[in-house]
Amino acid sequence: MELIAMATGFLLILIGLFGALNNRNILRMIVAFTVANTGVNLVLVAIGYINGRTAPILNDAVPVAEAAKRIIDPVPQALVLTAIVIGLGVTALMLAYAYKLYQTKGSLDISKHTDLKW
Amino acid sequence: MIKRSILLLLLAGLGSIFVGLMLNYTPDEELNLTARYYAEHTAKDLGAANIVTAIIVTYRGLDTLGEVTVLFLTAAIVGLVLAQGKRKHVHKHRKLPPAGELLTTGTRLLLPLILLFGAYVFTHGHLTPGGGFQGGAILASAVLLALLSNPLKRFSHRLISVIESTAGLAFVLIGVLGVLLAGGFLDNRILPIGDFGDLLSAGAIPLIYTFVGLKVGAEFSSMLVSLSETKEL
Repeated sequence: MELIAMATGFLLILIGLFGALNNRNILRMIVAFTVANTGVNLVLVAIGYINGRTAPILNDAVPVAEAAKRIIDPVPQALVLTAIVIGLGVTALMLAYAYKLYQTKGSLDISKHTDLKW
Repeated sequence: MIKRSILLLLLAGLGSIFVGLMLNYTPDEELNLTARYYAEHTAKDLGAANIVTAIIVTYRGLDTLGEVTVLFLTAAIVGLVLAQGKRKHVHKHRKLPPAGELLTTGTRLLLPLILLFGAYVFTHGHLTPGGGFQGGAILASAVLLALLSNPLKRFSHRLISVIESTAGLAFVLIGVLGVLLAGGFLDNRILPIGDFGDLLSAGAIPLIYTFVGLKVGAEFSSMLVSLSETKEL
């Protein structure tokens, strides 16, 4: 189970990197980055998974006394929650910069933006 | 084509590293030391049913403050970058086609429900899978729906920034109260822990998550509003 999730995550990272490096359109690069971001989150969550256990929320199904034997690792989940939020912020920033780049050159093609190329 | 083959070579190398990592991966059978501590002490010490929430709001509350600060900076920079490009006196709004009966009526029906659901998610963060960040994102999706149904709608920047700064200030104040009244910064035991599993339990966690939810909702909304106001195309 966790191997499937992990393999999917790694695959998403590779797809995202391929998309980011292979495309010339800035918007497509941004979408590719979000795909890679999702892959990283998936791998992190998969590492915290323990076979046959349940979510780290205590209720009737998971009594407090047996919590340590019934729940999966909550720390990667907290990490991923943070990572998702920060990833959204990064995406919003990239979109704002893409808009500015479009304004200056009238094109979203990355090969038209050569001002910093050496 | 040489670029493409270098790219494929790079990805193949990275992929083989990943495969190696996966083949050598042995999943844990038991919780590690940190996770075990959280599992055994959360209910007793903090009274929160959702351990992830307890970690985010109390055990690692300072990190959450940093995270909220990063989001605030992002919203501010998006506003700054997009506001510079805004040309004044642009009033060449093209006539937009009407949004359509379904979208307008649906928005009117769904908007209050979405806001209510967002508030539910962030007030129940200590009991159910949810919390301030998720609830805030749901609140912002209501703003997005309103913008979709009427792209020329203008939201008050002043209202958004007032909500955002009040919530942020209240978050920090609760943290400082934790230093004065309980064990440390952002300690949730400034309020009684209450009965395990009740809505009003887990000390200050529902309060903190309400402020986080309002702040995150305001920040996402301000990003959406800034992005929507950049139309000149």
